[in-house]
Amino acid sequence: MDHVKLTIDGRTIEVPAGTTIFKAARELGIDIPILCYMDLKDLNIENKPGGCRICVVEVEGRGNLVSSCSTDVAAGMVVKTNSMRVINARRTVMELILSDHPKDCLSCAKSGNCDLQDMAVKLGIREIPGQEYAEMSTYRLDTSPSIIRELDKCIMCRRCETMCNDFQTVGALYTVNRGFESVVAPAFEMNLEHSPCTYCGQCVAVCPTGALTEVDHTSKVISALNDPTKTVVVQTAPAVRAALGEEFGMEPGTRVTGQMVSALRQLGFDYVFDTDFAADLTIMEEGTELLGRLTRFMEGDEDVKLPILTSCCPGWVNFFEYNYPDMKEIPSTARSPQQMFGSIAKSYFAEKIEVDRKDMVVISIMPCLAKKYECQREEFSVDGNPDVDYSITTREMAHLIKQANLDLAKLDSADFDAPLGESSGAGVIFAATGGVIEAATRTAYEIYTGKVLEKVDFEQLRGMEGIRSAKVDFDGQEINIGIAHGLGNARKLLDEVKAGKSQYHAIEIMACPGGCIGGGGQPLHHGDASILKARARAIYAEDRDKPIRKSHENPYIKKLYEEFLGEPMSEKAHELLHTHYFDKRKKIFQV
Amino acid sequence: MPVATLTEIAVKKQIRIALRNCGVINPEKIEDYIGRDGYFALGMVLSEMTPENAIGVIKDSGIRGRGGAGFPTGLKWEFASKSKSDQKYVVCNADEGDPGAFMDRSILEGDPHTVLEAMALCGYCIGANTGYIYIRAEYPLAIERLKTAISQAREFGFLGKSIFGSEFEFDIHLKYGAGAFVCGEETALIHSMEGLRGEPSLKPPFPAESGYLGKPTNVNNVETYANIPVIFLKGAEWFSGIGTEKSKGTKVFALAGKVNNVGLVEVPMGITLREVIFEIGGGIKDGKSFKAVQTGGPSGGCLTEKHLDTPIDYENLIACGSMMGSGGMIVMDEDDCMVSIAKFFLDFTVEESCGKCSPCRIGNKRLYELLDRICTGKGEMPDLDRLRNLSEVIKDTSLCGLGQSSPNPVLSTLNNFYHEYVSHVVDKKCQAGVCRDLLEYFIIEDNCVGCTACARACPVGAISGERKEPHLINPDTCIKCGACLEKCKFDAVILR
Repeated sequence: MDHVKLTIDGRTIEVPAGTTIFKAARELGIDIPILCYMDLKDLNIENKPGGCRICVVEVEGRGNLVSSCSTDVAAGMVVKTNSMRVINARRTVMELILSDHPKDCLSCAKSGNCDLQDMAVKLGIREIPGQEYAEMSTYRLDTSPSIIRELDKCIMCRRCETMCNDFQTVGALYTVNRGFESVVAPAFEMNLEHSPCTYCGQCVAVCPTGALTEVDHTSKVISALNDPTKTVVVQTAPAVRAALGEEFGMEPGTRVTGQMVSALRQLGFDYVFDTDFAADLTIMEEGTELLGRLTRFMEGDEDVKLPILTSCCPGWVNFFEYNYPDMKEIPSTARSPQQMFGSIAKSYFAEKIEVDRKDMVVISIMPCLAKKYECQREEFSVDGNPDVDYSITTREMAHLIKQANLDLAKLDSADFDAPLGESSGAGVIFAATGGVIEAATRTAYEIYTGKVLEKVDFEQLRGMEGIRSAKVDFDGQEINIGIAHGLGNARKLLDEVKAGKSQYHAIEIMACPGGCIGGGGQPLHHGDASILKARARAIYAEDRDKPIRKSHENPYIKKLYEEFLGEPMSEKAHELLHTHYFDKRKKIFQV
Repeated sequence: MPVATLTEIAVKKQIRIALRNCGVINPEKIEDYIGRDGYFALGMVLSEMTPENAIGVIKDSGIRGRGGAGFPTGLKWEFASKSKSDQKYVVCNADEGDPGAFMDRSILEGDPHTVLEAMALCGYCIGANTGYIYIRAEYPLAIERLKTAISQAREFGFLGKSIFGSEFEFDIHLKYGAGAFVCGEETALIHSMEGLRGEPSLKPPFPAESGYLGKPTNVNNVETYANIPVIFLKGAEWFSGIGTEKSKGTKVFALAGKVNNVGLVEVPMGITLREVIFEIGGGIKDGKSFKAVQTGGPSGGCLTEKHLDTPIDYENLIACGSMMGSGGMIVMDEDDCMVSIAKFFLDFTVEESCGKCSPCRIGNKRLYELLDRICTGKGEMPDLDRLRNLSEVIKDTSLCGLGQSSPNPVLSTLNNFYHEYVSHVVDKKCQAGVCRDLLEYFIIEDNCVGCTACARACPVGAISGERKEPHLINPDTCIKCGACLEKCKFDAVILR
């Protein structure tokens, strides 16, 4: 590749042609402030509208300042990132942005974790001239089951738009209106609930301000814990343990499973259980369903629908219910682990401890925003009593732990409660892209072939590529597996299926980049995609350290079937662990 | 008769190239256009010139884009011709958005074929077989005439396959704009054509490398195209003989405001503002005195007396703090308040900003608010420094030409009419008598006969006085409705 030589702040550097000024400066250790720009390298997502104009620099010979995030270097370029002209412009632009931003930082969900706040500090903004007579752009507050849009706080960085349109291909968010009234919103400024939104929460994950946040249920959790008549049961999703530590200053990828259990126990949860248990249960049901369809297919049954698609990701379920309603027979009917857990907790476990389900509160801690919507779906309740009462995110849980004056790093490790706290390594890897299908393969292989799996790790199913495919040898029978994370990638595989061109027997789909570890409810990565990789490593390490690594070997799962469910796909299992799908367009548009 | 003389001058000083056929031919008859050498240039170029040679002619002519920025047209064509691609496009920017400017509409309505011919010529030069005219939907007659012209040109074989028996094929389609000012910016225009939000994106990549649907695209304005066939017919040398060293040919201006003759004028580059305003324009209306002229559309600057003898070309106008723009020219007289004028133009840019970049989205709004404070008597001296700093930063940091020029009306009035700002801020006076909040109604004692008509007309009881005695207006109660002034038959009530 051609290299070009240029000067930045008096220092010379040579970089490949096509490098932006911002990146070239970073090589020299010069950190030009950025606000709207976001580069998720490993995921090939780059947001560079050049809109905020905070990163402007002076280029000799150019009339105007240029945005360094989106201007390529040129040979002989002389750049100044810190001239007084640049510094004055940057401050003035920042003052302008702040002049149209609410000042309620004290009670803002993003306070302390806000890119705009950080930038105001960095640029030393102490006053906003003319604020007293500056009109603010105001918008209607929009609350959906998962996401709150408080667009008075939108700074038009367009990151959410990039995630929603380019990466997820959901198309719920786009800029509407012009000039001072421009804002990112669903078409016709409808509510998110009346849009194609899947609640994947990737918009929330990248929003630099408090414009897009999760619906916070921590106060409801506190009320439940405070109510002596309630038995409060908590389940923690596999991805949470690989990320929660970041909220307490630990390195990304630090596993905090034991400390998390301690913290939850200290917070007063009556039973601290693990969603991983339900993940094992999912494998039993989904794996059996897969084998069933596969066997019928091999026997020449023309009616059988293949490939089978995983159904544990609620963002993904929302996506196909909206975009592919005519294909709703294809995904597995297995409920997500969160809902399987809630269903079993409020039936099998409630009976066991002789508590009425109305007196039991099931809280789930999830890396996910779509789970908030999922647990409110009508079909996941009995007589109006939901199987899972409240779903809170990793971030919300961190707030709760901090409120209890607990420092996660200093807590002793503790074990989950029995019986719904035991899990295999297969349940753990649900957190990372490819993990569900790997877990299913471990079990399906042994059931299908009747042989013991020698090598449990299916490396070919792992990785961060958006779309992956692998062949697994089931004792002479080759199984084609497809994996996609990110809904844009999912769409590609789905379109193949729709066109009848799919080569796969089974496809795993996760809505979020990297799978649940990159969920919309996780600690904010602030544009650093390497954090997702670190979390994935933690998940696979946790799996490796587990004594049991196959779902069907989980003794408590075996016991659950013996005592309660009978066998996978039994009538009872169907009633409690399976679901059906809707045409979401009809639901939204009431047609 | 002095009027006749003025008209004679008005005609004599003009050279009609872009407007050569407007009002002369029947725009709905292709034969009329052909009768005026229409499509001769296309035939000649296709049979006698290589694309490289043809681009050379345009380069030699020195013509620059008439849409505002003044980029050399030949160079633009050369870039597009050098881009390698299986598909290229020629686009005509007919999204005329400057308030009061209508030269593009006049050309499209009066001489649609010249644009079609020029686009075909451009297609041949850059290697494109498809052209689009992006025209605002508010121009129904222009659209109608273009449709007629396109179908006639196809019928005559000037569009379609093997034009003039050559291997060159070219066709033209229309795309409608919804009337957003910013869509006149070429990247915003292209996004709008693609069905996306009409907002600009950073250049590079220039449309010549990656434009409509990611393909090399040449975008020129209507007036630019209207010059092209003539350049080929009369030669680059002839064209470059008109105008100044760096700005060749003519420019159409939409002369408006407080001037006797308003309308479109086409004048050679290098003519002075004085010639346009006082000779072609016939001077200031009602014998008032000239105060300023604003060139370049809503984001141009306001020039004064001292600029009147400056030869008009791209560089000179920018050096004066204004710009060529698409050719708006609004003349102001002593009755115009320059702060209000700046506010008026900012009102437009606030409305038309696309909202993509923060300096333009928020900054213009803040400029407007500051001007409004000054016009309503709330301004303070530090506001003037803020106005200047904000204007300079918005110009310096905005993403596209809109924000990079929108503060021009503020900066140019600050530079040329600073005293007016000061009198608004310090004396709380608007000398031109425009800013209502800074004026008061006053009764001249000597003129008042005490007829009580004003007191009876006053809706808020602000006027007191005995019958047959001079009356008095209480400024604290007065709502400045003007009813007293209207009623007074003795010229006793004045606004001061």
